[in-house]
Amino acid sequence: MRKKTLKNGLKMLALSVFTGVSVLASPSLAADSIKVAVVSFLTGPAAGPFGVPGRNGAELVIDAINEGAMPAPYGSAGFGGLKLEAIFADESGGNAKQVAEYRNLVEKQGVDAVLGYISSGSCLSIAPVAEELKTLTVMSVCGTPRLFEDSDWKYTFRTQAHAVGDSVAAALYIRDQLDDVKSYNGINQNYAWGQDSWKFFDIAMQKLIPGTTASDNPQFPQIFSGQYGTEISTLLLEDSDLIHSSFWDGDIEAFVLQASVRGFFQKKRFISVAGASAVDNLGKRFPEGTVIGTRGEFGILVRDREGELNEWFINAYRERYGVYPLESSYQYAQSVLALKAAMDKASADNGAAPDTDQIISAMTGLDFTSLAGDVSFALGKGHQAIHAVGYGITAWDDEKDKPTVTNVKIYPAHCILPPAGQLSEDWLAAGMPGSDC
Amino acid sequence: MQTTFTILLDGLSYASYLFIVSVGLTIIFGVMKILNVAHGGFYAWGAYSAAYAIGLAADLGFPDWFGFVLIGLSSMGVGLVLGLLIERLILRRLYDHEEVIIILATFGLFLVLEDLILLVFGVNPYFAYQPMVFLGSVELGGILRDVYSLTLLGLAALVAFACWYALDRTKWGKILTTVIYDREISLAIGINVNAVFVWTFVAGATLGALGGAYISPTLSVAPGIGIDIIVLSFAVVVIGGMGSIPGALIGALMVGILRAVAVHKFPEFELFVIFVVMAAVLMVRPEGLFAPVKARRI
Amino acid sequence: MIRSALSDATIRWTIAGFLVLALVGTLFPNWILNNTMFGLAYGLAVLGLLLLWRTGLVSFGHALYFGMGAYAVALLERYTGATDIVMRLGAAMTVAGGTGFVLGFVLRHYRGIFFAMLSMAFSMVLYGVLVKTEALGSTDGFSVSQTTILGWQPQSKYPLFLAIVGLCVIATTGVQLYLHSALGHLTTSVRDNEIRVEYLGYSVATAIHVKYVISAALAGVAGGVMAMALGQVDPDSMVNWTVSGELVFITIMAGPGSVVAPFIGAITFEFLRTFAFELAPHAWQLIVGGTLLGIIFFMPEGLWSLTRLISRKREKVR
Repeated sequence: MRKKTLKNGLKMLALSVFTGVSVLASPSLAADSIKVAVVSFLTGPAAGPFGVPGRNGAELVIDAINEGAMPAPYGSAGFGGLKLEAIFADESGGNAKQVAEYRNLVEKQGVDAVLGYISSGSCLSIAPVAEELKTLTVMSVCGTPRLFEDSDWKYTFRTQAHAVGDSVAAALYIRDQLDDVKSYNGINQNYAWGQDSWKFFDIAMQKLIPGTTASDNPQFPQIFSGQYGTEISTLLLEDSDLIHSSFWDGDIEAFVLQASVRGFFQKKRFISVAGASAVDNLGKRFPEGTVIGTRGEFGILVRDREGELNEWFINAYRERYGVYPLESSYQYAQSVLALKAAMDKASADNGAAPDTDQIISAMTGLDFTSLAGDVSFALGKGHQAIHAVGYGITAWDDEKDKPTVTNVKIYPAHCILPPAGQLSEDWLAAGMPGSDC
Repeated sequence: MQTTFTILLDGLSYASYLFIVSVGLTIIFGVMKILNVAHGGFYAWGAYSAAYAIGLAADLGFPDWFGFVLIGLSSMGVGLVLGLLIERLILRRLYDHEEVIIILATFGLFLVLEDLILLVFGVNPYFAYQPMVFLGSVELGGILRDVYSLTLLGLAALVAFACWYALDRTKWGKILTTVIYDREISLAIGINVNAVFVWTFVAGATLGALGGAYISPTLSVAPGIGIDIIVLSFAVVVIGGMGSIPGALIGALMVGILRAVAVHKFPEFELFVIFVVMAAVLMVRPEGLFAPVKARRI
Repeated sequence: MIRSALSDATIRWTIAGFLVLALVGTLFPNWILNNTMFGLAYGLAVLGLLLLWRTGLVSFGHALYFGMGAYAVALLERYTGATDIVMRLGAAMTVAGGTGFVLGFVLRHYRGIFFAMLSMAFSMVLYGVLVKTEALGSTDGFSVSQTTILGWQPQSKYPLFLAIVGLCVIATTGVQLYLHSALGHLTTSVRDNEIRVEYLGYSVATAIHVKYVISAALAGVAGGVMAMALGQVDPDSMVNWTVSGELVFITIMAGPGSVVAPFIGAITFEFLRTFAFELAPHAWQLIVGGTLLGIIFFMPEGLWSLTRLISRKREKVR
């Protein structure tokens, strides 16, 4: 009896194992198309402000390129002649979940490349796995400089300039545009992006505006905590003139709403590195006079800028999704354009249907045109992009009944980012040699 | 001085919020001996339905104060519907199981409730700031505070008073006390224990939902908001003594003020300190600081 | 020792079963190999919980040891660069087992809901520390590079899989032998009547302490295995209370029937989760939670009771 039980248990084990085998999907790769996973937050607090607009930006540009409907220089149909078949995946659930999900995308669903990722946590944890699975991965939004400064990656690229650029541009903007800042504090999320943003902002402020003092009690609430009553009290009690924040997802909206009621924005200057999505989403509830950045020439900062690509993007996006493209829409589109440029180049060099290695060597060190500005893979041994970063001041446009920004200032890449081969921290400590803005 | 006052006020308003959520948990445990993980689900459902209703009312042009009515209505609705369904359909079949199995069943329920939220309300966050904006702000201790968060103190006091009154001054309270002390004797003297269980569970669920509904205007209501509050309210209930209402009050005050001190002065200890106190209380006085007196049975 | 182990039918069949798994594993594509490794990792932790459950104790805090094992692997690499499987698992087991030994002095006096709550409090202390400490990776956690086996860097996942299967054989055999030792036989007696056990001249507290340390060490090893198989550690999916809940869930799902049950339960859980997530990304928790309720209602003995159902049917046919 007992033996039989065990034998049956064994059978069950074997059975479950074989069911596993039979459902295995064999990845089939049609020669005239490439399958790419686009990963962004599709659920949770980061979906509305970042994930979904990012996904839409990628989808719009991918469809247009597949049909050959983009303006120059991206007018040719396809990616190196290949059609891109996109599958959209969710980035929420934490780093370990994302690593497991990435393995599934590559090994189960058989994608040829992966594009996207918003959180710095995702990027840091995905890069080693991309290396292990030898899969081209183009990262779109995440900001921590550690990605390419702590290690060299062959298969990973990032089309977004890293956090040092955002922090230095912020300090430059404060130096150039605000003259009453004597002391500052920050509220940033307690993970790679928030920690790095504050650290580099602090060093840049000390170097660029000597004499200002930083608070010794910067706030680091957990990401997605959504409730900032106590933190707001702490900041209000202090006499810092300016508060720096790199909040980006639903957190910036929650913070702004909670802080507005408490008169926060009448008492403090506020600089938001990546919160431009909230300017559109909150409308009149977003305080005027806030310094706002979009981490590049993206979103609301370039909404009225002329240029064929930019105007095409804004109009096509509004037509399809009914709203203006946000910062992340530009960032995801930029990654798609990088892939397009690299694959076009690779297929011109090697003939049709380039393989991963050929695309990688074409992308390494590549210069390409984005929607509203130029980008080049200049750092991280040709894998980390650099580009200009801008800031402006929020205002309400009564005539058009929509939010706008004034005093926009764009800082070129060489003023805000270290040269190739130099670590950010060393460059900042040395007083940012080569930065002449 | 200003800092101390602010910490105290932050701590008190956080404690009030914790108390409102935890008191439902402790009532359910006291009467039914169930440690209800699904309480986090009630909280999340309360928050979502209130936020949804407030947003809808604002779109339809209702005045802002109407939000308070909606908070009350949605927490009662959630408590009544979910409480009744869960007690009648699931829990009452499990009363003769081991207590850990019941905890696990409520964990399963919690997972189900989490995803039902996604299916019903979608994946984007809700902001129901209208009631908070409506009440405006007031200067206290040198800084502006939103009046809404201060009203939490009043609501918590009201809930505490209502619980005390219901338990100590009504016939229902006497019956409840009897059931808490001894279920079998209560059955023997003709108390309808079944009915007591149902209404206790509904009341507990309503309080959990009320916590979520009332706090919803001050935060972004997003998927997963029920996860952290469960362990926090477990900590509150354990520190004060499982099943004790004054215990929940003391537990909430301790956790609320500790957290406020930590955020202001030692931010890296914010979470750590709460659970260290929870573990310490369990080690020194496992039945909690304010355990209800146990009737001795032989 | 080996001969006496092999005289136990359960052990013979367990070894045979894992041998089959190892063989079939050569046919697996990587994603099935991965998910099976995740399942085996959970299985190891559940094996430890099973030991406690047979004594009547349920820990809602074993994510403490699971997370410690995982972080031991990550931090060992970060500070010494060691990636060898023996050192990794050794570190995971030592840290978790050692902590379990210390906390065991407190926990062995607790039963029922107090045991569950105190375990949870301990695990949340670790969670609170990890989330808020930048040097420990805060909410990001760390990446874990590929495992080397005695200096050799395998080019595929299979050698690691094989090593993990081997580890499971050792763990299962060890636990089975322990259950059949004098101390092990006390397991169910402690649950049924503690006072009687005391009168027999055994110390209940010691018996529980030993089991607690074994289960902590197993959970630590499990966390280490998970870190190696996944290549990433982070607090929310390895140390938060929901992980403890999942482990207990699998324990109940597997049922207390046998030392193999945890592995069958855990692998089933892992594939259930993967497919549920793929079919219904917004409803996978609903599916998992619903399954849990279904098992509590209809299969109080867990999945293992299915085997009895099958053998009963076959007897009828004969």
